[in-house]
Amino acid sequence: MMPALAMFVTDRLVHLSPVDVVIVAFYFALVIAIGFYLKGQANTSEDFFMAGREMTAWVAGLSFLSANLGALELMGWAAASYQYGILATHWYWIGAVPAMLFLALVMMPFYYISRTHSVPGYLKLRFGEPSRTLSAVSFACMTVLMSGINMYSMALVMKVVLGWDIHFSIWVSSLTVAIYVVLGGLRSAIFNEVLQFILIWAGAALIPILGLVETGGWSNLKAQITHNTSNEYLHMWSTLGSFNNNPMGVHWTGIAFGLGVVLAFGYWTTDFLVVQRVLAAKDLRAAKMAPIIGAGFKMMVPFIVILPGLLGLAVLPVKLTGETAAVASGGHSYNEVLPLMLARYCGPGLLGLGVTALIAGFMSGMAGNVSAFTTVWTYDIYEALIHQDAPDAHYVKVGRWTTVLGVLISVGTAYLVMQFASIMDYVQALFSFFIAPLFGTVVLGMLWKRATNAGGFWGLLAGTLSSVGMWAWVKVDPTALRYVALSPNARDMAENMYRALWSCLLCFVVTIAVSYMTKPRPESELNGLVYGATAIPHESEVPLYQRPVFWAVVVATVFVILNISFW
Amino acid sequence: MHSHRISIWFFIGLSLLVNGILITGAGIWEWISPPVTRVVLFQYHANVWWGALLLVIGVFYCARFAPERHAKDFSFGERILWRPRK
Repeated sequence: MMPALAMFVTDRLVHLSPVDVVIVAFYFALVIAIGFYLKGQANTSEDFFMAGREMTAWVAGLSFLSANLGALELMGWAAASYQYGILATHWYWIGAVPAMLFLALVMMPFYYISRTHSVPGYLKLRFGEPSRTLSAVSFACMTVLMSGINMYSMALVMKVVLGWDIHFSIWVSSLTVAIYVVLGGLRSAIFNEVLQFILIWAGAALIPILGLVETGGWSNLKAQITHNTSNEYLHMWSTLGSFNNNPMGVHWTGIAFGLGVVLAFGYWTTDFLVVQRVLAAKDLRAAKMAPIIGAGFKMMVPFIVILPGLLGLAVLPVKLTGETAAVASGGHSYNEVLPLMLARYCGPGLLGLGVTALIAGFMSGMAGNVSAFTTVWTYDIYEALIHQDAPDAHYVKVGRWTTVLGVLISVGTAYLVMQFASIMDYVQALFSFFIAPLFGTVVLGMLWKRATNAGGFWGLLAGTLSSVGMWAWVKVDPTALRYVALSPNARDMAENMYRALWSCLLCFVVTIAVSYMTKPRPESELNGLVYGATAIPHESEVPLYQRPVFWAVVVATVFVILNISFW
Repeated sequence: MHSHRISIWFFIGLSLLVNGILITGAGIWEWISPPVTRVVLFQYHANVWWGALLLVIGVFYCARFAPERHAKDFSFGERILWRPRK
């Protein structure tokens, strides 16, 4: 009820000058122009759904990362860093980098050599039609929900920053995304995602730079945060020995295994939203390099997302609260920390660019969800279950209409999301429902020849149902938290991580057990799908500095150094 | 990207160029006529030097990836052509 009342608040943090309005308008004009320009290059299904499979490693890598740079990355994680401190950085480092490198070096060859067009498509090749259908339907549901979250977040920012009506924001952004994805398909989405990635950095990088100037550098910032809150906000690992010693209420096992292994590997290696961008790469080496490039940039994103939240703890004269308390008291919520910092430092022009960066982030996430939904719906649900063997042009037409339908469903979802107090926790719950068990199924399918069709299907189903069941159990009986998250003091994020861990482990157990009880597939059928049955091209003739494994080692080394530095 | 197509990097250069011009212009105007209500660290005129930086990068990318020139290929290796397996 209270968040719904916020829709009608017309107060604003900033007033855009004419030059700011021109910058925002130019952005909208440019993304639509790109869509119209690429319309003529989206005539076949290969073009529309897979961007012609001709993206370079850099374009695929930046798009891979940008599709994830949605509302959660910009506003949500800046809010999380204000609320939980530097612990939020785990979602960028251990919660992303190892999984991205694993995708590049271990899983990408099978996705690419199997010639699949989607993750559910791989499951069909490996485990048969039932697994594909289950995965496709759950992915489609999750994707439109995610898209709705993006829309709601964007509309919230527009309300807070500019005083725009929340309904107006939802419809303007969704129509813009619909136009350029309908026109140019995945290629248009990827082009705009790369553009949005650059604009996000151009618009957001100035906040941490000026913030550090104001606070007098990193050491002074740490001293001010310690003075205003506590020292616990500044350590990534040293406070995780107990649930009670850190602002997030999480144990290191939850971060290392729940987040770093299950959620991260599930999201970055099997969520088709991001994997689709890599599948559009022009060759296998570009497909392997793309996630590594993405991992390199991912490690830098905390500079423009986490650091502004920490700076907010030090320099903002007001104390931010949760959404419900903020609406009740007329104050500001955690989710407003990034816009507040933007208004603090950015004058005319820069303000327009900063607002454009926020809009770009939201739209890239939304477009990523919509284009992935379109591909899975058309290939894995419509073609597989409803209308097979139609002409290629028919599927392109279905894809365009599905894009419109996906946007409309997302708009409806956005209105549903308004009822939830915490955007981030809701999304994490979705991840643990669908993504964590999917990772168990896919990785067993790729690395274990003995896994059977029945094992894959029942493992995926058991993992998904158990995750939903655990979530419902805690909702009905909050004391169940001590069993699901191993502690009655665990917060929502910790609960999500442990739920993901259990559901993935259950998926493993059921898949292995059922596989041993059923007849394995002949090895000849597993060529191109499973490790040990697939000939993977060697790169021995390529210079060391051009090999994906070399750059993966470089990224991994930096990753270790960063974690130790902020221990 | 094929050489007859406009490179994505050109669009990015165009965006940075236009934004750079607008932001630098606004910053210079603000420097000449300081507003009554000022942002924190106004004295550093961030919009002038940040806008100028975007402008320079934008000019470079527009020139480097102009439509009549070949788009640079940042990837490695030979392209594998194939049709999707349904």
